[in-house]
Amino acid sequence: MSTSLQSEPALHVEELHKSFGDIKVLKGVSLTAKKHDVISIIGSSGSGKSTFLRCMNLLEFPNAGRIRVHGEQLELSQGVEQGNSKNLQSQIERIRSRLGMVFQSFNLWSHMSVLENVMLGPCTVLKRNRDSVEIQAKALLSRVGMLEKSHMYPDHLSGGQKQRVAIARALAMEPDVMLFDEPTSALDPELVNEVLLVIRELAEEGRTMIMVTHEMRFARDVSSHVIFLHQGKIEEQGPPEQLFNAPKSEHLQRFLSTQY
Amino acid sequence: MFEVLIDYWPKLLDGMSMTLKLTFISVVIAGLLSLPLAILRRSKNKAFQWPIRLFVSFFRGTPLLAQLFLIYYGSGQFREELTDLGVWWFFRDPFYCALFTFALNSTAYQLEILRGGLQAVPYGEIEAGVALGMKRTLLYRTIILPHTYRIALPALGNEIILMLKGSAIASVITLMDVMGHTRRVFSQTFDISVYFWAAIIYLMITTLFVFAWRLLEKRLTRHMYYPVNNKHLPAPKALNPPKETCHVN
Amino acid sequence: MEWFEYLSFGKNGWGDELASGLGITLSLALITLPIGLFLGFSVAAASVAKKTYPRLIAFTFTTMIRGLPELLTLFIIYHGVGLLLNKIIKWLNPDAGFFELSPFVAGIIALGLVFGGYSGEVLRGAWQALDKGQREAALATGMSQLQIFRLIELPQMLRLALPGLGNLWINLLKDTALVSVIALNDLMRMANIAVGSTKKPFLFFLTVCLTYWAICIFFEWCIARLEKRANRGIRTS
Repeated sequence: MSTSLQSEPALHVEELHKSFGDIKVLKGVSLTAKKHDVISIIGSSGSGKSTFLRCMNLLEFPNAGRIRVHGEQLELSQGVEQGNSKNLQSQIERIRSRLGMVFQSFNLWSHMSVLENVMLGPCTVLKRNRDSVEIQAKALLSRVGMLEKSHMYPDHLSGGQKQRVAIARALAMEPDVMLFDEPTSALDPELVNEVLLVIRELAEEGRTMIMVTHEMRFARDVSSHVIFLHQGKIEEQGPPEQLFNAPKSEHLQRFLSTQY
Repeated sequence: MFEVLIDYWPKLLDGMSMTLKLTFISVVIAGLLSLPLAILRRSKNKAFQWPIRLFVSFFRGTPLLAQLFLIYYGSGQFREELTDLGVWWFFRDPFYCALFTFALNSTAYQLEILRGGLQAVPYGEIEAGVALGMKRTLLYRTIILPHTYRIALPALGNEIILMLKGSAIASVITLMDVMGHTRRVFSQTFDISVYFWAAIIYLMITTLFVFAWRLLEKRLTRHMYYPVNNKHLPAPKALNPPKETCHVN
Repeated sequence: MEWFEYLSFGKNGWGDELASGLGITLSLALITLPIGLFLGFSVAAASVAKKTYPRLIAFTFTTMIRGLPELLTLFIIYHGVGLLLNKIIKWLNPDAGFFELSPFVAGIIALGLVFGGYSGEVLRGAWQALDKGQREAALATGMSQLQIFRLIELPQMLRLALPGLGNLWINLLKDTALVSVIALNDLMRMANIAVGSTKKPFLFFLTVCLTYWAICIFFEWCIARLEKRANRGIRTS
């Protein structure tokens, strides 16, 4: 890795615009994640926070904007997607492989065992040697406390267990940034903590992470930076103490008052 | 292309009535036989269960053509015995044999469909009837059967279409249905377009049937729709729309 | 002559003739399967396409296949395609003799079309039943479209389609009997020939039925095992 990459932010997105039909969901949102940043994106439902996250790894294709990951720069504009050139496609795949995504609904591959789920990405996308991937996958599974279930299928796991496997699956790609899309929203209340515990450990070990979350207390505890999204724009951002203790914007004040 | 139609349309029409007759009668006989058999099939008594299982498995596991040959030609091997029994007139006639075979075949398929339907009746609804002190027959008539047929309806429609198509093999034992006339006309004229017209006839019948069956389904499942007392309401929307089942038997 | 002797192998019995017919029946079905399956995948792909034309073509094709008797389809192929080929040959070489489409090939084409039409529906249903999240998770890992299809979607699709495809395979096996009508020397027709010379129709057609029955039961058992394997890890309530 060259020194220029070392000093560069892990993820940089600039002026993202996204609309679905006539509805503008994102109206120019930017974000820079330096190494070891833990950024939480909060906002009411419909504020565009999930779309924002999904635009970062191009699960949604932004209408305009710029994304830079790992020295890879992608200029987005209307119609680029239609061009669908091979170069663009492989650039998108490279960007995605640098960003680990954890979904609200887990999305574990149901026809594969826990271990196979974790191993598939490194083996097929990074084309790494199976034996070394297996060693690493087992290590990751034991970190999230799922090693003894590594030969079970996702259907036989609880929601919390599934999400822990999903986190291990994302980590196995050794991503520059982890993206969490409301990772605990689909969980029964008593299962939320086991997942938050894992995420907190990741934050403490200095992983770069961006998460969309409803868990305000958690966001306040682990984040280095919080972004409040309102109607497709960043209404307010800053360190968590500032946002949660002294919100300036009226929308944020109102939003926070409904959260506890 | 139209010459064949102009010359031979009365024959094709004649064939159409034969096709419809064959299909309709055998499907109706099968419809009457399949229900009691399906109920018996579900009984715990093995003496009922096993013969019915074998019957279903045999008729679903062998080609209709082979069944037809077994009954029509096969009966010839026992001509004397059958004459003594006074039933030879029946087995001598290709029409009766085709009807007999098709009816048995369709019974096997309809029986399986109804068995599935019977199984799918929510147990709570039956219990609710029992709690009211209903007798078995009443229970069947008012709760179980209406439910069963509503569930089984799409699959039964599919089965009838399969029978309609399957009836074309009656032409192999010299019956003059649509297929039979078509083959004869082709052998006389070598005009390939007669197949085209036969195809049109079959497609027409199946399409009309599908529409009619949909109407029937809609009528019998109207409890699943919103009431439309209010004219300002949008068109009725199925709460639990009857699923388009795959056309597989 | 005893029943047993009629079915024996060798000079007097018809066992070897029936066995050769059975061989033709099975090879017809086994050759048709991959062709029909390929056609089925194409039909399924066309019927979920974004453009209208492929969808329209797929719809027309399945409607026709589902509405036409298999026997009629077979005759249309046997005589129609034969005629077409002859016209083309005549046009290329006016001196060429009459070319007859072999019943075996006609059978493969006709049964392949039938299998393609029905399996297209089954596969489309399976495709539409796939959970979108599974694809998203694969996209997020950076897999290519081809990898996603091969590693994630195809296995899950096949699991969902397996019961339907199994049914169609059994139907295909049974439908091969139809090809005897256009003089393919399959099991059914060999029995016909045997009946012609022995006058024992019940014996031979019963043998045919029992043979088909055994084959179907065998494959049903195979399919059940396959399904069990494919459903490992899937909780059924």
